[in-house]
Amino acid sequence: MEKMENQIMKAHSIGGDPEMYRVLTPDGEIIETIDGKIDKSLMVKMYESMLLLRTFDRKSVNLQRQGRMGTYAPFEGQEAAQVGSALALSAGDWMFPTYRDHGAAIIHGQELYRVFLYWMAHLEGSVCPEGKRILPPSVPIATQLVHAVGTAWASRLKGEENVSIAYFGDGATSEGDFHEALNFAGVYKTPTIFFCQNNGYAISMPFEKQSASKTISQRASAYDIHGVRVDGNDIFAVWLAVRKAVERGLKGEGPTLIEAITFRYGAHTTADNPNIYRNQNEISTFWRENRDPIARLKRFLEKEGLWNEEQEEKSSKQFNELIDLHLQKAEAYPKSEPLEMFNHVYAGESWHLKEQRQELKQILKKGVKK
Amino acid sequence: MMGKSLTMLQAITEAMDQKLDHDDRVMIMGEDIGVNGGVFRSTEGLHEKYGENRIVDTPLAESGIIGSAIGLSLNGMLPIVEIQFLAFIYPGFEQLISHAARMRYRTRGQFGVPLVIRTPYGAGIRGPELHSESVEAFFAHTPGLKVVAPSNPHDAKGLLISAIEDPDPVIFLEPTKLYRAFKEDVPEEMYRIPIGQAKVVQEGSDLTIFAWGTMLREALNAARKIEKEKGWKCEVVDLRTLYPLDRDAIVQSIKKTGRALIVHEAHKTAGLGAEIISIINDEALIYLKAPIKRVTGFDVPVPPFSIEDHYLPTVERVKQGIVETISF
Repeated sequence: MEKMENQIMKAHSIGGDPEMYRVLTPDGEIIETIDGKIDKSLMVKMYESMLLLRTFDRKSVNLQRQGRMGTYAPFEGQEAAQVGSALALSAGDWMFPTYRDHGAAIIHGQELYRVFLYWMAHLEGSVCPEGKRILPPSVPIATQLVHAVGTAWASRLKGEENVSIAYFGDGATSEGDFHEALNFAGVYKTPTIFFCQNNGYAISMPFEKQSASKTISQRASAYDIHGVRVDGNDIFAVWLAVRKAVERGLKGEGPTLIEAITFRYGAHTTADNPNIYRNQNEISTFWRENRDPIARLKRFLEKEGLWNEEQEEKSSKQFNELIDLHLQKAEAYPKSEPLEMFNHVYAGESWHLKEQRQELKQILKKGVKK
Repeated sequence: MMGKSLTMLQAITEAMDQKLDHDDRVMIMGEDIGVNGGVFRSTEGLHEKYGENRIVDTPLAESGIIGSAIGLSLNGMLPIVEIQFLAFIYPGFEQLISHAARMRYRTRGQFGVPLVIRTPYGAGIRGPELHSESVEAFFAHTPGLKVVAPSNPHDAKGLLISAIEDPDPVIFLEPTKLYRAFKEDVPEEMYRIPIGQAKVVQEGSDLTIFAWGTMLREALNAARKIEKEKGWKCEVVDLRTLYPLDRDAIVQSIKKTGRALIVHEAHKTAGLGAEIISIINDEALIYLKAPIKRVTGFDVPVPPFSIEDHYLPTVERVKQGIVETISF
C-alpha cells in the first residue's frame, strides 16, 4: 500500500512532503482543535450534502449511459471539497464553477433539475434561481478566475459584504488567466477565493508533469496573497480554510488561494477512458478504500453518535426520491424550442437576427426532415 | 446648446467625463490610463477628477483587464476598458468571445455584460509593428458583440455615450490617425447616436462609396476630386456601426446610385467589404449597373511604416476604383 500511496501522491506532486492542513484523519479522528467552530448540525448537514451529491453524480453517469443525458463530467470523490467550500459561503456570495463543480453549485442553491437540464443540452440549463449569483459553468479553463476578481472588486467598491469564489482544477494553474487573476486580486485586494481542486490529473496529465512546482498553494507567495494547502477529502479542513478565506476577504485583507488535494474516482467525462493514462482500477480503489471523504466523516459521526445506519437508510431513500423528482421535472420541462436560439443574443434584436429567426420559422413550418 | 470645437480625442474624453460625472457605476480601466492619462491622452485629467477607484491603472494583462471588467459589469459596474492598441487585445480575445459575448445568451438574460472596449486602431501613424492593425472583422464575426467605428469628433462622442449605455458589450474602434487630425463643433450636452445607424455624409447619384473610420477621408477626398475631374457625383456612406451593419442604408443608397465601391483599410479577404457586397447581392442585385469593387488593405501583415502608405488605400486607388466601376 505504501508504494501505491507514493505513486498516487506523486501524481499530485505531494512528494517531498509539503504541508497539508488536515483536521479529520481518514480514520475519522480529529487531530486539530476546532474549538466548536463547526457545530453538530453543520456536521450532519455536511454528511447529508455529500451523500446527496454522490447519489446525484452516480445517477447522472447512468443517465448518460442510458442516452437520457449528454456527455457528463462526474465529480465522485471530490464531494468534501465541493460541499465544504460551498457550505462556508453566504447566500449572496458569487460563485464561478467549472463543468465539474455542479456539486458546489447545488449546495450554493442551484437546483438539481437545472443541472440535469444543463447536461441534457437545454438552453436554460445555466439559469440560476432568482437572486442567486451562480454563474454558468466555465468551459474554457481558468478564464472564470478573472471574473471572480471583477465581481469581488465591485463588491468592495460598493461596500457589499460578499466574497466571490472561483473553482478550478490543477490543470488550470498552467493557464495565463490563473496568473493574471491572482495578480489582479493581489493588487486590488479583492475578496476572491481561488479554490483549486487538485485531483492529480488534467484529463490524462498528472500534475507532476503539469508543473515543476511542488504545490499549487505555494504560488500564492509569488503574489503576496494568502495560500493554503488542505486535505480536500477532509470536509472539516476544507470548510475551515474557506471560512477563514471568507473572513479575510470581508476584513479587506484580500484574496486566498486554496489548494484542496482530492481525486476524481471516475473518468474526466463520460467520453473519457482513464484506463489509457492511469492504473484506473488500482488508484481508484485505493482512494475509495483509504481516502473517501464520505466514509471518513461517517466514521467520525458514528463515533460521536451523530449518525447511524437507520439515518443512512432513511436519507438515502429520501435523496433518491428527491433526485428522481428533479429528474422527472427536468424530463418534463418544456424542450428548448429551436426558435429560442435567437433569444438573448442581445438585449434587443437587430434586423439580421429577426430575419434569420423568420427563416428558421419557415423551415420549421414545412416540417423538419432528418 | 452651444458647441465647442473639439478633436476626436477631446470628444471622446468629454463623452467619458460626462458619463463618469453622471453615473457612479461608470469606471475606466486600462494600461497607463490613470496618472499618465493614456498613451494618446484620451483620459487626461480624469484620474485627478474621479480618483483611482474609478480611473484604474491596471497591471499589464489584457485578459485580466477584460476578464475582471466582465466580473465588474456582472456585479453592477459599467467599465470602459481601454486597450492600448487594437493588436494588444489578443490575450483578451477569449474573454471577449467565450464570455462577454455569450453571458446573456447562456443565462437567458439573467446576467448581461454592459462593457465597452475602446481601442485605437488603424495604420498611417508611423507606428511600430503591431500598432496599426484593422481587424474589425474578427469581432464582427461574433454574435453577442457590437462593433462601432466613428470617423469624426461629433459621431465619436454620440456613439461612445450610446456604447456606455448599451446593455451589451461594444467594441469601440477609434481611428488613431484621426485622433487629432481635425476639429469640429461638438455639442456640449450628452447626446446619443444610435448604434446600428449609418450616415450619408455626401449625397450623390452615380456611385456609392461605403467606408468607415480613417477611410472616410480618403473616400470623401476621392469623391471631390472625381467630381471636379469627371463631373461624377459620388454618394459617401459612413457605416459607423460595423456590427450589426445598417442594411437599409446600404440598400437604399444602391437603389439610388446602382454602383458601389467599398473602401476599408483592413485586409481584403473575409473583410467586411465582402459582407457588404453580400447584402447588396441579397437585396439590390437587380439595381446594379456594374460589379462592386473593393479598395482595401492588401492581404499581407501590415508592413513597417516606411512602406505602410503603399499598404493603405489611397485617394488615387479610390479614384481608380471609381473610374473602373463607373466606366464598366
